[in-house]
Amino acid sequence: MNDATDFENVLRRFGAASSPEHPESLDAMMKQTSARIGAGRSGPRPVIGEWLRFRVDHAAARDAIYKPVELEGGFPPEWVCIETQAANREEYLLRPDLGRRVSDKGVKCLLESGLHGCDVLLLIGDGLSAFAIEQNIADVLPSLTLALQVHQLTPSPPIFIQYARVGVMDHIGEMLRPKTVVYLIGERPGLRTAASMSAYTCYQPNLNTVESDRDVISNIHADGLPPVEAGAVIADLIDEYMRHQCSGVKLKQQKRAAV
Amino acid sequence: MTKTIRIRNQSFQFSDLYDLMAKANEPKSGDRLAGFSAETELERMAAKTLLAETPLSELYENPAVPYERDEVSRVVYDSLDLDQYRTMQNWTVAELRGYLLSEPNDDGEIQRRALGLTPEMAAAAAKIMSNMDLLCAAKKIRIVSTCRTTLGRPGVLACRLQPNHPADRVEGIRASILEGLSYGAGDALIGVNPVDDRPASVARVMDAIYETAHETLNVPTQTCVLAHIATQMECMRGGAKADVLFQSIAGTQKGNESFGVDVAVLREGFEFMRDYEYSAGPNRMYFETGQGSELSAGAHEGIDQVTLEARCYGLARCFKPFMVNSVVGFIGPEYLYDAKQITRAGLEDHFMGKLMGLPMGLDVCYTNHSQSDQNDLENLAALLTAAGVNFFMGVPLGDDVMLNYQTTSYHDIASLRELFDLSATPEFTQWMQSQGLLDGNRLTRKAGDATCLLK
Repeated sequence: MNDATDFENVLRRFGAASSPEHPESLDAMMKQTSARIGAGRSGPRPVIGEWLRFRVDHAAARDAIYKPVELEGGFPPEWVCIETQAANREEYLLRPDLGRRVSDKGVKCLLESGLHGCDVLLLIGDGLSAFAIEQNIADVLPSLTLALQVHQLTPSPPIFIQYARVGVMDHIGEMLRPKTVVYLIGERPGLRTAASMSAYTCYQPNLNTVESDRDVISNIHADGLPPVEAGAVIADLIDEYMRHQCSGVKLKQQKRAAV
Repeated sequence: MTKTIRIRNQSFQFSDLYDLMAKANEPKSGDRLAGFSAETELERMAAKTLLAETPLSELYENPAVPYERDEVSRVVYDSLDLDQYRTMQNWTVAELRGYLLSEPNDDGEIQRRALGLTPEMAAAAAKIMSNMDLLCAAKKIRIVSTCRTTLGRPGVLACRLQPNHPADRVEGIRASILEGLSYGAGDALIGVNPVDDRPASVARVMDAIYETAHETLNVPTQTCVLAHIATQMECMRGGAKADVLFQSIAGTQKGNESFGVDVAVLREGFEFMRDYEYSAGPNRMYFETGQGSELSAGAHEGIDQVTLEARCYGLARCFKPFMVNSVVGFIGPEYLYDAKQITRAGLEDHFMGKLMGLPMGLDVCYTNHSQSDQNDLENLAALLTAAGVNFFMGVPLGDDVMLNYQTTSYHDIASLRELFDLSATPEFTQWMQSQGLLDGNRLTRKAGDATCLLK
């Protein structure tokens, strides 16, 4: 009973989803879109293989949301691990406001962390996908560190935040007063990938920061912006923040004015 | 205006009419997030009981947002049929519910009298109705709308084909359209949500789908690209073609501001379409709504999401739309937590919309972070079909690769028609028969094969 069967092999054994009049035309159509066309039917219902594939994609998305972030070998000792004010995953989903504030224990931990006033404060949040962090972080961190070195910058040791929303960077920024923040967070999982990560960046975030002060590089995953390449994109942006002393829409306006 | 009631030796007090309205709601995470849901189940029942004996005149005198401060309230009151209202002003909300459930409505009396009901009254009725009440009352209210084709007739379950593409690639959009048509999806509308909202790109998609539907395949349906209303008008003034004009709307003036619209631009759109040569009419507008959008924009004015949703419908009815649908479940678990809440909201929205005289469809959907799945979606779709819903969305296997959520599939449309003995619109049914996709009302072997429609 040890022979694990590959999912795709099982689907192949079910046979083709449909037998179109012009198979080559269907192939061509399917190349034009990622939509699930050519799914075939059993009466009015989808054929079993395509249905299982759809449910597998949804299952992965659901698991990504509910699973805590687990790293091989555990969290490195230099990481500072804190939580937001959300008590559990359910409260996290229901109360976006709580996910934007660090817990009392976390506040104490941050104030004792010695991470006050860094040039580049590095935050990592679970957000809505544990897989996003687990599958991308090991490639992003070294590439980001190397790319920042080119600009004579060094990132802080990472602060990992559980039950984190994007806005928690403002609360942390208010406390630790960094010049810039790089915040890697798991995106809401889609059916296409459950492991997509975003990098939110901001110059001097604080409790008065508005959405338009932030920039976001989204879609960081193996089939999107590869994590090994994301580091350089983020570092270039941080370098601009340091030179222009602003971020987001303000940075775009300044650059436009300079041209 | 404090209201108090004792139940089982507990006393419950409500500070005003809209405290009562909020607490009378079935549980919704959005009301909890806003901080005004009932604290206990008994408190919820206390609120429902007091609301049931509230006279309609009290709701008339107290719109959710004051007339002076909110143009949605002004549009509703300025267009209200006061003669009809006066025949019902002494009714309680309980009497309104009783009337809606007992009146056979063979001659459309409910629709006529409802012109004298404000959205707040429709919401109040929904709050004291069970899910089955909502199905029974809505089923009797048949709203027919006509543009190129006619929706809402008995025996018809229509579908908006939603062939979205993550990069607006017209070849990809066309592939999804052909497959959808081959299943019988797309008799209400072929409507694309664009990724790129810039006029040149919107016009390109508009032209592509109009040409596919009306020039290449001669499908009796409507087409539309769901960009901002001003962008669509700009494209159409520049020569791009569409049958209906779309906009998302909210139940407060501030909520509409967050969508970048106001009553003036909706009026402009309405008048533009009336004079636009390519839209057959007389119904030419398409609106989308959804519980929670006002709260998420910080524009809820202290009012619960069911009442605000009804106000969207009060606004929509002034523009005699061809289609209206709530996108129930898209907003996420902060507003509708799980399948139970999404189901309740879907039934409320369909009922309230029909009572407000709208050709209601539903985008029955969920996001991956809500406690819901495809089985839950199929359940709600079956319930709404039983209630006589005008249309659903149709997306390849229910997976929208551009909006990243799940909705009803082409397969679901075919299944629901088979289950409930319904058809596409007669014009569209004939077209399918002429393409060899339907034999009588049964799908042929060709159905589901997009390649038979390649020209």
